[in-house]
Amino acid sequence: MKLGLALLLMLLLTACPDDQLTGLEPPVAKVPAFGDTFIEGSIGDASTLLPILASDSASSEINGLIYSGLVRYDGQLKVVGELAESWEISADNLTITFHLRQGVKWHDGAPMTSADVLFTYQLYIDPETPTAYAESYLQVKKAEAPDDYTFRVTYAEPYAPALMSWGMSVLPKHLLEGKKITASSLARHPIGTGPYRFVEWQGGEKIVLEANRDYFEGSSYIKRFVFRIIPDTSTQFLELQTGGLDFMALSPLQYDRQTDTLAFKRLFNKYRYLAFGYTYLGYNLKRPMFQDRRVRQALAYAIDKQEIIDGVLLGYGQAATGPYKPDAWVYNADVPRYAYNPEKARQLLAESGWVDTDGDKILEKNGAPFQFTIVTNQGNDLRSKAGEIIQRRFREVGIDVQLRVIEWATFLKEFINPGNFDATILGWSGGPEPDQYEIWHSSKTGPRELNFIGYKNPEVDLLLEQGRRSFDRPARKKIYDRFQQILAEDQPYTFLFVGEALPAVASRFYGIEPTAAGIRYNFTQWYVPKSLQKFSR
Amino acid sequence: MYRYLLHRLLMMVPLLIGITLISFTVIHLAPGEPTDMQTQMNPQAGSDLQAKLHKQYGLDKPLPEQYLLWLGRLVRLDFGESFAQDNRPVLDKIAERLPVTILLNLLSLAVILAIALPLGVISAVRRNSFFDRATTVLVFVGFAMPSFWLALLLMDWLGVRLGVLPVSGLKSLGYEYMNLSSQLFDRISHLILPVFIAALGGLAGFSRYMRSTMLDVIRQDYIMTARAKGLSERVVIYKHALRNALLPVITILGLSVPGLIGGSVIFETIFAIPGMGKLFYDGVMMRDYPLIMGVLVIGAVLTLVGNLLADLSYALADPRIRNSE
Amino acid sequence: MVVQRKSFWVQVVWGQLKHNRMALFGGLIVLLMFLFAGLASLLPGDPAAIDIKQALLAPGGSHLLGTDDLGRDVLLRMLYGARISLLVGFVAVGISTLLGILVGALAGFYGGWVDALVMRFVDIMLCFPTFFLILAVIAFLQPSIWNIMIVIGITSWMGVARLVRAEFLSLREREFVLAARAVGASDLRLIFRHMLPNALSPVLVSATLGIAGAILTESALSFLGIGVQPPTPSWGNMLIAGKQTLGYAWWLSVFPGLAILVTVLGYNLLGEGVRDALDPRLKD
Repeated sequence: MKLGLALLLMLLLTACPDDQLTGLEPPVAKVPAFGDTFIEGSIGDASTLLPILASDSASSEINGLIYSGLVRYDGQLKVVGELAESWEISADNLTITFHLRQGVKWHDGAPMTSADVLFTYQLYIDPETPTAYAESYLQVKKAEAPDDYTFRVTYAEPYAPALMSWGMSVLPKHLLEGKKITASSLARHPIGTGPYRFVEWQGGEKIVLEANRDYFEGSSYIKRFVFRIIPDTSTQFLELQTGGLDFMALSPLQYDRQTDTLAFKRLFNKYRYLAFGYTYLGYNLKRPMFQDRRVRQALAYAIDKQEIIDGVLLGYGQAATGPYKPDAWVYNADVPRYAYNPEKARQLLAESGWVDTDGDKILEKNGAPFQFTIVTNQGNDLRSKAGEIIQRRFREVGIDVQLRVIEWATFLKEFINPGNFDATILGWSGGPEPDQYEIWHSSKTGPRELNFIGYKNPEVDLLLEQGRRSFDRPARKKIYDRFQQILAEDQPYTFLFVGEALPAVASRFYGIEPTAAGIRYNFTQWYVPKSLQKFSR
Repeated sequence: MYRYLLHRLLMMVPLLIGITLISFTVIHLAPGEPTDMQTQMNPQAGSDLQAKLHKQYGLDKPLPEQYLLWLGRLVRLDFGESFAQDNRPVLDKIAERLPVTILLNLLSLAVILAIALPLGVISAVRRNSFFDRATTVLVFVGFAMPSFWLALLLMDWLGVRLGVLPVSGLKSLGYEYMNLSSQLFDRISHLILPVFIAALGGLAGFSRYMRSTMLDVIRQDYIMTARAKGLSERVVIYKHALRNALLPVITILGLSVPGLIGGSVIFETIFAIPGMGKLFYDGVMMRDYPLIMGVLVIGAVLTLVGNLLADLSYALADPRIRNSE
Repeated sequence: MVVQRKSFWVQVVWGQLKHNRMALFGGLIVLLMFLFAGLASLLPGDPAAIDIKQALLAPGGSHLLGTDDLGRDVLLRMLYGARISLLVGFVAVGISTLLGILVGALAGFYGGWVDALVMRFVDIMLCFPTFFLILAVIAFLQPSIWNIMIVIGITSWMGVARLVRAEFLSLREREFVLAARAVGASDLRLIFRHMLPNALSPVLVSATLGIAGAILTESALSFLGIGVQPPTPSWGNMLIAGKQTLGYAWWLSVFPGLAILVTVLGYNLLGEGVRDALDPRLKD
């Protein structure tokens, strides 16, 4: 299933670069060569280059190039070793022993050893460290570094996300020990073990990295990496067209309608693949009107997901049926899908007592009209537009919906945290790890926790607990299949869509191999043939 | 003159205190907390992170105490540390961004003066002529045009289609490797569009103001006298009238500082210029209290300084003022 | 005095204005925009009617100004947007003018330490880059249309306050005020009945210009994503939505952009014209 989709995607993707045009160009020797500069645009500046403190995507992207973890995902989303050469998991699934690569050096020349890994772990669980990522490491019962190249962790209970949690960036002990992490100068001048080393950071303007020639997996080809901060996406797009950027995530409209010119196709290749993450309409289950499952199912029937995908994403996305994207191994396609059916919606609403008794085209129950407000955050066009379409469709079945778009900090403080909302359009992003404990378990409904809609289902609780304790993929698949089935029936969210990532990359870059993981996973293998190199320094 | 200066400086003290008080109050009216941004909607975030951050930032103290603590540090030029994850001193962050903003504002002010003053003078001299009307409409079109829209249109036209000007940023990649003249050229070509856009909105105000002070002056007795003495119209207008009409413009210069700084948010965002306006906007979105308060105070102080400079030059130019104080 | 003032207004202002073609042009634009805003409810059709199959149609045919990315009629949205934009302009300026008059009258009427104190406060407020204050407050409150109007209002009253104060300071010593005071008129009566009507003309000019400024401020806020929020259409947020499709669907940015341009221009020309008409120095 996954392979099929991946192949299909590959076909779609490889069809994109313009074949008939290459005939007109002088033939290029497609030999990997060192050199050139890759310029990427970002709407936001990085916040800190200490990965333990960073929680924004700009910082994560830079940090991913500077630091390395023990393990990482490869292009097939398989866990492979990075700083760890190999590892063993004990028969009881409680202990992982990592064997580290030898001879790895920090960018300042100091050797990297298991002491750094142990130090990093201790830093994560230190209550003085204001990190957002302590959760996974608090599950560890014992961590030890028996010798320079061995690192061993023991868990109290089997914990399936454990292995991949060691993909966290390992930090240099010799530069951080005994200092306050929040005051460290590494936040502005990072030292890692990754494929790129830090050169300069001009606040609000750009971050420059240079290939680490001593990278333990061999130097990457592209010599310089420049991260330009361009806050406005329209400016970014103009900058892309002039060649001021080599990489930009396009909007569906840009991808579909504004990049079809010959000039653009000559300079750029476009790619598309399903992004990790989905957008949903979540119902506050503490509100009486949403407590009846038939009502939530009716709302699902009243929404035309394809219309949203066509209208908001211009078709560049797929309907979501649950919390996993359709090409993930854990995805269960065999769940109720609620195809658009306003008749069925009205019927279900009537069954649960919502009928239009006074002829105002709005349904009532016990004299109260069916009214509620959908809140979403500012700055996400897709969400507010989806909201406008949903508002329209709900009105057609007799539900009066208001839409409010609220700035993020206020949105969290005033609406989500105190549970002061009816319904919300939001998105979750995730990775290949299927554990969804934090979002759906009934123990996570407290203030500031992620199950803020207050979903409680004993069977789901049980499945989530089993799921994170099991290391056996077929067994996990069965557990999460059932989990998706229940969610689809319960409809605590109406899962709306999974969007596609639509990057454009300057066509002089070769070695890009799109997979289910996207295109950036093998960035170190990208190259510009000598004759096409644009920047000589 | 020194007494005048001293007097002016002393008068700034209550203003400064008022500025800090308002800056502080504005921030603390707000719902939403700085710590929300770092802890929320993150599947990995533990719930006690909030408390950790709260304590780290001193947000657990009562407001008056927070204000006095802040004011106390401010006096020693300590603006505190940013709430952003980098925890850098606010003053460093502002110092890094301020020069660009000041440079752009000074340049656009120069452009405004260079264009608006002659326009105003000619409009006044030829009141109700075609020139007067046409320039009036034109400068107001410049004012009425949403600046980011015009900026995008020009970037598309001059930057993408014609390729004669860079689209955004302050300098090209590889600037460090250029020779001096190319560096200068590179700088200038990057500045043309932002300075033009920033100046355009200000033309209307200045040229109209110049026009009306000029009209005022032309009607004064001594101009009438000069005319009666048989001096040529040219000498009357450009020697006697203009000098006196320029004086009030100095005051307006000082007063225009806050407007220019405020507008920098927009053009810094659209042109990807790392200035103080963008810094402020990012700070607002992140609830970075010390940064927001810091920029508000610095912005207001810049205005104070602008006003002071304007008043001083006025006093220098007009002895009546300096002696009367 | 007041009666006399009214006839003065009608005769002199209009007498001046009708010779000032630019001001007339400005007035005409302002009138037209009101007409458009009024027209919104008369036209059939729903500005929020979404039809994905009709998305991004070029102007012409059944959609005179085309459709947006959700298939909504741009003309209808422009007309409803006119209401919102004008509403923002008028209410914001209403608030700032009222505040300015109150503060200015207080300072100008009582003078002395009241004046000193109040004007110091005005000086402090004038030091802040207004747009920074607006940004801070708007982002912290929710950017509802009412909050936007209120915040623009409470951050832009200082100019009016200064104008009114200056007028009051000079009116204070005028004979008709002294006479009214002598016959025992109360402070309130003096302020509102006798002095204020005579101080209103510069306020009127500044209000006209203020409306233009408020419309521009709303569009700048929209650019930063904190203006009037969808689904409510304002010219500002329509222009921003249109900027995403600049090179493709030009009609989504050109129409709202021109609407802002023309309206702001109209208010400015009208305001300048009235200023000229009221300015005794400019009468030949």
